[in-house]
Amino acid sequence: MFFEYSIEGGNFAQAGSTSSQVKKNLKQLNVDGSVIKRTVVALYEAEVNIVAHAFRGTIIVEIMEDKIHILLNDEGPGIPDIGKAMEIGFSTASPEVREMGFGAGMGLSNMKNNSDELHISSKVGQGTRVEITNYFQAKPVSLQ
Amino acid sequence: MNKVFYHALKFREDLCIGCSHCMNVCPTEAVRVWHGKAQLHANRCIDCGECYRVCPVGAITVEQDDFDNIYHYTTRIALLPSVFTGQFPASIQPSEIRQALFELGFTHVVEVEEGVEFLSEQILKYISEHSDRKPLISSFCPAIVRLIQVKFPTLVDHIIRLKAPVDVTALHTINSIKEKGIPSEQTGLFYITPCAAKIAAVREPVGEQQSLITGVINMNYLYNRVWKIISKQKRQGNRPEPCALTTKSLCWSLTHGESDHVKIGKSLAIDEINNVIEFLEKLENDEIKGIDFLELRACDESCAGGILCPGNRFLTASKMREAVLRQESLSPSERVNGMLFTPEQTAFLQQHVHLGAIHPRSIMKLDDNVAEAMVKMKRIYELRRLLPQVDCGICGAPTCSALSEDVVQGQADIRQCIFVQRIMEQNEKLDTAESVRIMREIWSNSKLDKNSLKEGTKF
Repeated sequence: MFFEYSIEGGNFAQAGSTSSQVKKNLKQLNVDGSVIKRTVVALYEAEVNIVAHAFRGTIIVEIMEDKIHILLNDEGPGIPDIGKAMEIGFSTASPEVREMGFGAGMGLSNMKNNSDELHISSKVGQGTRVEITNYFQAKPVSLQ
Repeated sequence: MNKVFYHALKFREDLCIGCSHCMNVCPTEAVRVWHGKAQLHANRCIDCGECYRVCPVGAITVEQDDFDNIYHYTTRIALLPSVFTGQFPASIQPSEIRQALFELGFTHVVEVEEGVEFLSEQILKYISEHSDRKPLISSFCPAIVRLIQVKFPTLVDHIIRLKAPVDVTALHTINSIKEKGIPSEQTGLFYITPCAAKIAAVREPVGEQQSLITGVINMNYLYNRVWKIISKQKRQGNRPEPCALTTKSLCWSLTHGESDHVKIGKSLAIDEINNVIEFLEKLENDEIKGIDFLELRACDESCAGGILCPGNRFLTASKMREAVLRQESLSPSERVNGMLFTPEQTAFLQQHVHLGAIHPRSIMKLDDNVAEAMVKMKRIYELRRLLPQVDCGICGAPTCSALSEDVVQGQADIRQCIFVQRIMEQNEKLDTAESVRIMREIWSNSKLDKNSLKEGTKF
């Protein structure tokens, strides 16, 4: 199943709406709570990154029987050094963004810790593409 | 797996007029209308009582024990929450209320909040020992515990696994009675409840096998009985008595009662169920960070706003806070130091204060099997596109999305939607007779017959 969402840069009030929708879907699928949590944390961080840094972006979520695949594409400044950006505490967020409680430099490492597979590619001056894949653990089949 | 959960809220079909007010306010979408009557889905209901507040005809009742049950016991203990005293005018002394309870047949009156000083210590200890699960959520309000179980299964591990004050006090009381050599089978503990959720918590506790409380008496019922006795007595007009509780204990059941005293890091208090849901949604997304303790209460103004409290919730809370100010104005020697437990009593309570596992019981899941749930989810999205998103409730479900879920789960027909009916009629896929038949099934004949409507709805 595919879901597509568009994200507006700078609109912090909207950040989290995609995560909420994905969370609801995963709950309906009876996915294990810890997987839901990891997915929502990773997605929320990625969503906030678009809002905080980019002009606009799209999120395409594909839910399959055994996994969820999330593709985030944005039009924005891009990340010059992804390795550096993955470091805990590294942040390029503006003072205004930090004032709002975002931009603590935990985003990418938090995303990495909460996704089974994470691929980030970026072109400076064009934008960033983030791919998150999380697998649903096999749940014991009900005896009924 | 198919256990049906106990609820103190009962829908009376003989009184229900099928107005759907309850369906529209239920925070867990536990109500549907069928054959002109509200139907409760037992596994979705959390006993918050929002339906009870809006029912215009009193068709929703709260089950309680027969008052005369207290006479089955020789030792008859009333477990009295501090909000009970808050229902009466400030001129009525706590001693007069106790006296009236003795006249009604109780042999002992114990304040529910007696265990609060002990419990608050345990909460602080628990929080410092579980710093990996922040924020920790208070287990005080049973409707909130149930809300988290059904709607926020990923947050279940955040609930503090310690008994609520009433259960700590019940434990202490039973223990003290035993110490005095009174056989426990002759002792009846009766809790005076401000709400339905507390009754469900006694009948079917979460995280423990059985409650120590013998029976439950509704606060509004007892208020009337006590008021009758007090109103016959001559008013003496004494200066207000100091109350028997510490200031912390006295206000524990009000909003901020816990959060003001849990001074580890950042504590937050939220009351009213929709406010709580809004916050938990964000918390579950990890959007909210840096909070250590959450006091969450289902009712506006917490227990002062319980559905069984006869008084106005704002006045009750204000009276209780005034009692605190009076207490604080006393000199330290005049003040109550609370029920300090002996070291043996504290040790005993420490052994028994913990709750067992609290399990999620999600109402969100469409199927136990992921593949099957996927198929259902796809169908729900397809159906939802066909529905008008007006959430009018004419189909007998609270929202368009609730109807689409019900259809996919085989519990409803898409043709219950009045918009779908009109579309089908235009395309000659449905005739008027059939759509009227469907409407009669949902709303009963009384709402679709000219003659029945002429008689008017009986209020």
